[in-house]
Parts: sequence; C-alpha cells; structure tokens
Amino acid sequence: MRAVGWEVVIGMEVHVQPTTRTKMFCGCAIAPLNAPPNSHTCPVCLGLPGVLPVINKAAVEACLKTAVALNCEIPRHTKFDRKNYMYPDLPKGYQISQYDLPMSHDGHLEVGERRVRIRRVHLEEDTGKLVHAGDRLHKAWESFVDLNRAGVPLMEIVSEPDIRSAEEARDYAVALRTLLRTVGASEADMEKGQLRAEPNISVRRTGTTELGVKTELKNINSFRNLYRAIDFEVKRQIEALESGHDVVQETRGWSDAEQRTFSQRTKEFAEDYRYFPEPDLPPLELDPAWIEELRRALPELPEARRVRLVSQYALPLHDASLIAAERELADLFEGAVRAGADAKPAANWIIGEVAPGGSVPTINQLADVVKLVTSGSITRDQGREVLAESIRSQRSAGELVAERGFAQVSDESELEAIVREVIATNAKAAADYQAGKKQALGALMADLKKKAPNANPKMANEILQKLLQ
Amino acid sequence: MPLSRDQVRHVALLARLGLEQGDEDFYAEQLSGILRHIDRLQELNTDAIPPTAQVVEVAATLREDVPRPCLTQEEALANAPAAVDGFFRVPSIQEEA
Ligand SMILES: [Zn+2]
Repeated sequence: MRAVGWEVVIGMEVHVQPTTRTKMFCGCAIAPLNAPPNSHTCPVCLGLPGVLPVINKAAVEACLKTAVALNCEIPRHTKFDRKNYMYPDLPKGYQISQYDLPMSHDGHLEVGERRVRIRRVHLEEDTGKLVHAGDRLHKAWESFVDLNRAGVPLMEIVSEPDIRSAEEARDYAVALRTLLRTVGASEADMEKGQLRAEPNISVRRTGTTELGVKTELKNINSFRNLYRAIDFEVKRQIEALESGHDVVQETRGWSDAEQRTFSQRTKEFAEDYRYFPEPDLPPLELDPAWIEELRRALPELPEARRVRLVSQYALPLHDASLIAAERELADLFEGAVRAGADAKPAANWIIGEVAPGGSVPTINQLADVVKLVTSGSITRDQGREVLAESIRSQRSAGELVAERGFAQVSDESELEAIVREVIATNAKAAADYQAGKKQALGALMADLKKKAPNANPKMANEILQKLLQ
Repeated sequence: MPLSRDQVRHVALLARLGLEQGDEDFYAEQLSGILRHIDRLQELNTDAIPPTAQVVEVAATLREDVPRPCLTQEEALANAPAAVDGFFRVPSIQEEA
C-alpha cells in the first residue's frame, strides 16, 4: 500500500533450513514431516548430560555458499555461542547460535531495482515443536513436546532495514528462495517450514530519518501471507499514529483465518539471553582456499541470469526480471527457446499465462503451443486452452489441436472460397464497403468467423479486402 | 556496587531458581563478591591480547553429513517424568488469560 506522507521501513530475518541429511551437531537424520514424535533424537539433541556437539560440514558448506552468493564477507575465524533461555522446546536450556563472530557479514541482494544490504548470515540450531492442550475454564493446560526438529540446522539471514513496501518484502523473500535453490543450499519451501520470514516493520513521516518503533511479525507460512501481513501491519501502525496512539514494540503473530496481526504477549522475562562462547565447541577456522573453491563452483546466479536474458534474447529488462526471479520460469523460458519457440512470445506466455497460474507446463508443452500460435496455426485463445489441457492430460499440443479441430485454415485457395461465399451472402455489406463505408468490413468478418471459425483471421481479412477492391 | 534485591530476583528468574524469604540478601552478597573479583580483573590492560573464547588450542573439526542411528521413541522418552502418545508432557507454558 502507498500511504501518503509515510515511509515504510522493513528489515527481514529469514531462517532457512539448509539441505542436509543430518542435524547440526549430531548424526540424527532429519525427520520427514510425518515422522512419529521423538523418533529422530539422540543424547546430543535431547540435551542429555555428558555429550558433545560436532559441527555438520554440509551445513557449514551450505551457509558459506549462501554467504558467497549474497556477496558477504567471510572471516577467517568464526565461533558458536550459547543463547540461554528456558523453554520446553529447548531441552538444553540454550540454543547454540552465533553472536559476535558470525559465519559471514555485510553482503547484499539485488531485488528488482533495489539493493537490499545483508547484515549477516549465521548458523544455529532449530528448536523442538510444542503442542498445547487443555481449556481455559479448568486451567488444565499442558504442553506436549516433540524434539524431532531440535538440533536441525538453520541459517539465519538478516537484512538491513532497506525494504520499503510489502511488495518488496515479498520479492526479497522470493529472490532469496531462488538464490538458495540455485546454489543448492536449501529447497527453501515455505510451506514445509524450510524458509521462515520474520519481517520487522516500522513507519515514519516521509522526509524524516529517525526510525519509528518497530514490530516483528511471526507465523507467516506463504509469500502471499507475507505480503498481506505486512500490508495489514503497515495500515495498523499508520492508523495508530495518525489517531495519536503509540506503536508498542512487540512480537505479533499473523492469523490466516482472521487476516490480521495480533499481539503475542510473552511473560516479562524480557529478552536477556546472556550469550557466551559455547565451551563445547572450539572456534572454527574457515580456510580461504575452501571458500574460493565454493565460489568457483557456484552456478550462474539469478542476477547474472537476468542480465544474460536481456543480452542473449533481447528481452526487455522488466520481462527478464520477472522470469529470472524464479528458477523454474527461467529454465522453462530458455528450454522453450532451445526447443524452437521465439524468445519474446515465449516470455509473454510465461509472464501472462504460466507465472500467474498454478501449474507449470513442461518445456515441450510450452514450446509447442508458442510455436503454433506464433505461426498462426491456432489463435491465442485456442493456445490457452490447448496449454491448459496438455498440462492436465499430458497429451501433445498437436494431438489436441487435431482433436478439437482447432487447426486454422491458412490455405489461400480454401480461404478465398470461404470469403467469396461470405461476400455472396452479405451483398449489401459488401456494397456498403465498396461505397466507402469501411466499418461494413466488421459485419463481413463476423459472418466469416461464424461460417469458418478456424479461418486464419489475418489472412481472411487480407483476402476479403483484396476481393472487394 | 552490590547487587540489588531486584537484580537477584531477576537472575533467579532467568535461571528458574526459587528463592526463599531472605535468600535475596544472602545471594546478593555472594554474587557481588564474584562481580568485585571480575572488576579487579578488568583493571588489567589487555589491549594487546586478542579476545579468547577458548583456552584449548584446537580448531573445531567438522563431521561428514552421514546419518547415525537415532534412539527409538521409547528410549528417548524412557527418563521423562511424563509422556503421552510419544510426546514429552510438560506443565503448561501458555499464558493464562
Ligand atoms: Zn540427535
């Protein structure tokens, strides 16, 4: 939303689960989503006495690849720290995280026209899951704890407050997902909880530089809700300030059912995490040769791909940005062009038909339809229908076109016969046209469409005008 | 400066320790002693010494990402004071309205 007189300031904290087979500090396999509770634990992630954590190399590698792709600086030395707080989802009474020497810092990510600065990317471990039960009346509350997720690796990616709208925040999260998938650091599926975005939001009068009081949003499980939650929160803050109230610094949850944010009051054991260096883990030395090796092995990043889509296929920057924003779309585009589709029509179809819709066609499905429409064999509307049906039934475009009788008549002599018939049955309109009433052509074309719906309209129109000269 | 009773209560809350009547003064004195000791250490000039997070002179080793057997659910819950349907059962941590 654009609120006149106000500037929106958003920073993002994004937690990402790197693609690993095991947890951050123990050899427990990552549990599938439907695993029975507490079926993937060991003495280390249960926080039993006498055990020691050992760092998962694959998690470090995923974090470093992400950091390199985000143009971050990577120090020679990094270390882990204990973040202390008492909560039943945290069996040790502390989370192993990184405090003052994170794995990387000071990078940036290009999102559309904006450069969002990255403050830091560090590694930590996830907590367990709590399920609450009981009812208010009897106060028979209890909580049930599943520690399958306790100790699962997480990368925390923290941006500077450089984002200026709900839309940009969503684009930032999408760009991050594309980057993570491209470098193979994470599947970053938001609905599976592999990517969790927590925006912190404040507003200030346009032209002022001091930051307003911010709120932090949690429990957002899709890109759409990320947009909606921020949009709601921005309006709420502006309304509060304009009616003379204050914004309270707090954590707010997003209710999908009610489409609004709500205060998540916590007991007042205010954030006092008493960080100190994790005594069970020696500092980690990051070998520059390893980082160089990772840097060299990186595939083409989305930003570079966007630039190349413009130079190689002569796409407008706007089209290239939309397509490069999602790897699936960019792969589809380049594949379709390789399969013989013209670049600009292929881009139009992806932006107009594929991106807004739910299901993505295969490269050949898209290429076939684009080629049929570009050559004039079928109309654009028919192309839409064929594309949808070939995604649904996995049948070839050619087969569907033949079956539906969509194939346009582009044979000149055949078309001429049809046009002569149209002129014969619409003698008055034909005479009107010849007498200079140009709009009479519309009536003739309408009748032609009725008589021969498959006639190539462009060619039929030309023949009609020629015969009436 | 000795710790106040409020500070002692805050530290106890963070550590989830119950205090009896009169404990605050007792622990305030003890904890203040520790802080006085730290204050003496602070007097040393350490400008030329890099911060030390670890006294052991080794760097961390990394583990290959290969799964090892987990405990069974029964084993994981064996020492729990309360368990139900495969979950640990704990007193409510939700706010009472
Ligand atoms: Zn474990």
